[in-house]
Amino acid sequence: MNAIIAEITPLAAAPPASRQRWIERFAGLGFAAPAFILLVLTNLAPLAALAFLSFTNYELGALDFSFVGLKNFGTALQDPVIRRSITNTLLYVAIVVPGGVLISLLVAILIHQRKRTRSLYEVIYFLPVTSTLIAMATMWQFLLHPTLGLINQVLKGLGFAETAFLSEPRLVIPTLAAIGIWQLVGFNMVLFLAGLSAIPRDLYEAVDIDGASHPIDRFLKVTWPMLGPTTMFVTVTTFITAFKIFDTVAVMTRGGPGGASEVLLYAIYLEGFQYFHMSYAATLTLVFLAFTLVFSVLQTFVLDRRVHY
Amino acid sequence: MGTSVTIARPPAPAAIRMRRLVSLALVHGVLIGGAVFMLLPFVFMLTSAIKPPGEIFEATFRLWPRQFFGWQNFEAALSTAPLLRFLLNGLIVCGGILVVQLLVAIPCAYALAKLRFPGRPILFSLVLLGLCIPVQAPSLPLYIAFAELGILNTYLSMMMPFFLSVFAIFLFRQFFKSYPDEIIQAARLDGVGEFEIVWRIVVPSAWPAIAAFSIFSVVAHWNDLYWPLIVISDTKLATPPLGMMYFADSELGSNYGALAAGATIITAPLVIAFLIARRHFIAGITMTGIK
Repeated sequence: MNAIIAEITPLAAAPPASRQRWIERFAGLGFAAPAFILLVLTNLAPLAALAFLSFTNYELGALDFSFVGLKNFGTALQDPVIRRSITNTLLYVAIVVPGGVLISLLVAILIHQRKRTRSLYEVIYFLPVTSTLIAMATMWQFLLHPTLGLINQVLKGLGFAETAFLSEPRLVIPTLAAIGIWQLVGFNMVLFLAGLSAIPRDLYEAVDIDGASHPIDRFLKVTWPMLGPTTMFVTVTTFITAFKIFDTVAVMTRGGPGGASEVLLYAIYLEGFQYFHMSYAATLTLVFLAFTLVFSVLQTFVLDRRVHY
Repeated sequence: MGTSVTIARPPAPAAIRMRRLVSLALVHGVLIGGAVFMLLPFVFMLTSAIKPPGEIFEATFRLWPRQFFGWQNFEAALSTAPLLRFLLNGLIVCGGILVVQLLVAIPCAYALAKLRFPGRPILFSLVLLGLCIPVQAPSLPLYIAFAELGILNTYLSMMMPFFLSVFAIFLFRQFFKSYPDEIIQAARLDGVGEFEIVWRIVVPSAWPAIAAFSIFSVVAHWNDLYWPLIVISDTKLATPPLGMMYFADSELGSNYGALAAGATIITAPLVIAFLIARRHFIAGITMTGIK
């Protein structure tokens, strides 16, 4: 192999090298062209169109439209539905991110130490990730039924009052958040398990020699610091996933009761694809983008560092 | 791990065994409690699918019904909604998306990893930019464009926005970068063209990355509701999640047994695939680590 490289690199091999450069240019452009064209068509051009639309009053099917400057942004700021949607989305995120990260970390640590039962627990906790959320949301709806649902029957048996999880304004977002956590614990757990198996064992042995053999000492001195990058990545990914909550709202509550579960993506869906207020929906999409962008950039940055073989 | 700890300690066998037993019980207690929560909707779905209407919401929960009603429920589900058609649609859409994604992303990733051509740094920056944009962001202009072109309510409209996966390009580029240059140079000297180098030499070595991405892609698009909900209004073209939504909204929505049977049919393919190829799923998630 080395001999081959030696043959190419010296000055003596100039003609084939320049021919090679041309081939690389030609092939490189050819290979990248379909991806580039699709990138422009499905990503970049739509984003430009989105920004353009947000300054107009375009509605689907309208023959004419005019520029309205920042009017849409002003409307969005004043719109009670949008304000509520943003608050609800942030509340949902505030529950799902810590819950989804910490619970999956706990589960991963507990499963990691198991030998015979590890794969069984892995399968059980991962199952919701692969299942179709819409189908499972329907089942959750049954389980949470205020009078007939299994969960309320258990609560009643324990002496608690019947709880209308999905029709009580103060409970609906926490309930959806619990389902959100249910859906992503397995995914985060798998990432944490990978992080845990990358921790060298002698670090634990070193801590044991220092006399800190209590599990909590071991966790604080080795596991937590060593899992830092994984925790960061999982947190960022969970944030992005949580911020995009849509499915459970669309199927289980449709924003109700009384707007208590309106979330940003659902509001965009309604404005854009049900009421066809295209320019307003474009504005809202930009707001949505602004919220996720910080975390997406962080995720891409971490991903760029993390993925190497 | 556990054994090395016990060796280091002064022996007090009975006390140590007691403590281990307690902590073991505690660990399994927590894990089993969590597992019950995770499995709850699945167990409820499977048991309801074989129960007669009167038994589903009975005060005492039973795993097996007094009267087996499975045939009736599945028959009612299959005769009211074209559930198998939904599964076929899911297969067509996911398959179509995946094939085009691989055909487009692999050569581009190879070019970014191994070929020097003008515009390469810009293209890579655009790929990184694309990674930061959630799939829901371009949906509005794409919808308008598809409406103008008159291709709403087609398989193509469901697949088109996902033909380019910047994530696939990113992942494959990382993988290809570590492929030895010597082998590529040797192949070039043997007169092998770049096209053949990609598909015959480099791609077979990238099998783990391709498998990981394929699982990621199929799981994501099989379960996606947002985009099909936007472009599809014809029930016949519905993908499994959209079909499930129609089904729950239909007059059958109050027949809980049939609905549970329908949910079972919709959920089964991916869950069964996961149970069979568990290791690949988990390896795939670990490698891609992104939704």
